[in-house]
Amino acid sequence: MAGLATTFGSGAMTNPINEITDEAELMFLIGTNTTEAHPVIGYKMRQAARNGCKLVVCDPRHIDLVDEADYWIRHNPGTDIPLLNGLMHIIIKEGLENKAFIEERTENYEALKATVAKYTPEYVSSLTGVDEELLYEVAKLIATTDKAMLFYTLGITEHVCGTHNVMSCANLQMLTGHLGRPGTGVNPIRGQNNVQGACDMGALPNVYPAYQNVTLPEVQAKFEKAWNVKLPNKVGLKIPEMFEKANEGEVKAMYILGENPVLTDPNSNHIRSGLANLEFLVVQELFLTETAEYADVVLPAASFAECDGTFTNTERRIQRCRKAIEPIPGQANWQTICMMFNKMGYPVNYSHPEEIFNEMASLSPSMAGVTYEKMAAKGIQWPCPTIDHPGTPYLHAGKFTRGLGAFQAIEHQAPGETPDSEYPYLLSTGRILQHYNVTTPYSSGIASIWDREWAEVNPHDAAVLNIRTGDKVKVASRRGELTTSVKVTDRVLPGVIWMSFHYTESPTNAVTSDVLDPITGTGEYKACAVSIVKL
Amino acid sequence: MELVKLNIDGKEVEVPAGTTVLQAADEAGVHIPRLCYDPELSLAGACRLCMVEIEGWRGMAASCITEVSPGMLVKTDTPDLAEVRKTILELLVANNPELASNAKGNNVLAKYCEQYGVKDSPFKGETNYYEIDDSNPFIVRDFSLCILCGKCVRACTEMTGQDNLGFLNRGYDRKATTAGDVDYINSDCVFCGQCVAVCPTGALSEKSLTDFARDELKTVRTTCPFCGTGCNFDLAVKDDKIVGVLSNPESPVNGRSLCVKGRFGWDFVHNEKRLKTPLIKKHGQFVTASWDEALDLIAERFKEIKDQYGSESFAALSSARCTNEENYLVQKFTRAVMDTNNVDHCART
Repeated sequence: MAGLATTFGSGAMTNPINEITDEAELMFLIGTNTTEAHPVIGYKMRQAARNGCKLVVCDPRHIDLVDEADYWIRHNPGTDIPLLNGLMHIIIKEGLENKAFIEERTENYEALKATVAKYTPEYVSSLTGVDEELLYEVAKLIATTDKAMLFYTLGITEHVCGTHNVMSCANLQMLTGHLGRPGTGVNPIRGQNNVQGACDMGALPNVYPAYQNVTLPEVQAKFEKAWNVKLPNKVGLKIPEMFEKANEGEVKAMYILGENPVLTDPNSNHIRSGLANLEFLVVQELFLTETAEYADVVLPAASFAECDGTFTNTERRIQRCRKAIEPIPGQANWQTICMMFNKMGYPVNYSHPEEIFNEMASLSPSMAGVTYEKMAAKGIQWPCPTIDHPGTPYLHAGKFTRGLGAFQAIEHQAPGETPDSEYPYLLSTGRILQHYNVTTPYSSGIASIWDREWAEVNPHDAAVLNIRTGDKVKVASRRGELTTSVKVTDRVLPGVIWMSFHYTESPTNAVTSDVLDPITGTGEYKACAVSIVKL
Repeated sequence: MELVKLNIDGKEVEVPAGTTVLQAADEAGVHIPRLCYDPELSLAGACRLCMVEIEGWRGMAASCITEVSPGMLVKTDTPDLAEVRKTILELLVANNPELASNAKGNNVLAKYCEQYGVKDSPFKGETNYYEIDDSNPFIVRDFSLCILCGKCVRACTEMTGQDNLGFLNRGYDRKATTAGDVDYINSDCVFCGQCVAVCPTGALSEKSLTDFARDELKTVRTTCPFCGTGCNFDLAVKDDKIVGVLSNPESPVNGRSLCVKGRFGWDFVHNEKRLKTPLIKKHGQFVTASWDEALDLIAERFKEIKDQYGSESFAALSSARCTNEENYLVQKFTRAVMDTNNVDHCART
């Protein structure tokens, strides 16, 4: 999100989901396996493609949407920046850039132009493995299409250069004027059901709700007044730093709500040692997870079906979550957290989540006009600053949040770890359709059909390794190892092994890289070097 | 946009040109019986139950595939129409009279049979018998309840784009089935369940809901807890237990469409491994505790650690799976009570 915040001044998906079928003339997908990670959005992309909307898929893996695509760019993993720079190079060279948009809406164009000048088709083709002719065709298609939506997910962000990847996506859409109108935009599809909301609520070390900076004195004063307490103005720790400090013994106590970093965070051995090193750990969870095992106190959590509240989806739509059954642990999560406040001597007495929401809205300019009543039927897309405001389906109409859109000159950066003689394969990771991170294995129906990891290996590599579909292999990196079943398939390129991360028995993140994007602290899940040995 | 005025059962209606008579009737609040029509699917005109009389027209017209024209006078409920609908229903249940009375699952056909007084079919003849397919944990397929309306085929192709279902054979042997006529589990099915959501007879049904009539279930509209798309659906509840998920056309993002997780992954809620009470670790073992015991201990230890090592020794991980309200409280607790900005969540992971 940092990438879009720098470029546009706001780090959210710019355009709504339904514009895929209602407005778009071209969809440009890079690093998103939408039909598996966000199936319902994937259906819409399929429908649009079959109705004549052009589809370009950039993915090293043969994902399902490749079969619907007009163009498939199968670039080498970790070469998103040269690919995007190469497309922009051609657009500028051919004089197809949107000059009016660049002039009126953006700044720093000359720096971008100077940087992409180096990314000639020949050079880009050598880095990405993509034919020059294909680069020309796609570049021209993007530049000459009026309404083009760009989509990405973690295939762009989970790299050492994730933020720069995002900025490159934004560059392409600004260069071609595909922003601030229906059927356009830079659209990161968010992973979890409420990852947008957790950010919007200020569950981040640098901002209060609605992205109000903790270091700004006037913001601090506002929250001090509202909460009637003195507040810290120093930016806090990001997750990787928390575990770093836990390992170093500086962070002593943690409260973890509804997360299982042992299974989901990169380099899990480092997470385990950090948790073990804490003096006191509280975990609030549905199940006794790998992370909860380390806790001194485990608090039982209520599930979505047991809670009133709201979730904010990837297109900034705040929608109701409604209680359908009584909380299985006896109380809802908000009640448990309120008990923590009260026992710590900070009295709170909310009687319903709606009161919590209203307090938040009163402190958040971009959500000040949102109420439970207004969102009841169709949700409300923020920004929604006043009570009579209908919400905002697409962002940046006429003007970017920060004023002018800022082009960023971005250079190629290789992954933090590349295959070598000892670890000759590149491991990439992602989601599969049937599972959602680490909750779905607790669904008996889903677990009964999709019960184990199936690591994907190219037939060429399978021949060398003498492995067949169904065989077990050991996958090892410099950080750890695991065993998994193998599926031999040309969905992946030679030299690449692909795994999901849903299974306790094959804990993929025991081997993933601990290289981080230095700007966001996001782990490089999409590329690390591993060895594969048949068992 | 050109508007067309017409009259349906005495009500004046104005709708955009190109609207069908059935859609215009829906606009006017007049319900015309229908089985093969669905607002999210292409028009089929297959079941013929939506027949209406239009003044000046010869015979009756299937309203779902008849476009409105100016000045149309439409009647949707006459003795002749009732007679025709009754005959159509009798033909539809001829293969399996059980269809007329089986109100389990999503059997809309049975409701119409009740309305038009159809209990059995006078059209006796050879009947087809097919094995029930319950090869998978989610969907039960019973061809003996199928009326070949083709909604499942259209849903698979037009909503999901999976193209797993199609018609096989002709005439008496016709069936709406998977490619190669295999069980669902051995087909290309992704178990999105769109076919189940649109099926009007219960030939396709949610395994978890087959034992319930729809009107004995409480439904609660909510937002899916899995990915960031933000699909809405209704949780079906019986005796304070979730028994299924039903999708609905009003959902702003997804309409009736869901994926296997949203439609069938909800049972994690009632997994027996759910934690039900607080646990405190004593000598390396978790022992159950009351809420007060657990929270007293938490408050005591958080206070001690904050006093001894300072605010920066505390950190909180909030959750992208939890509600906005819970996230708001966690960051407020961290900042206002623990006096630190050490709060984050897995947005970056």
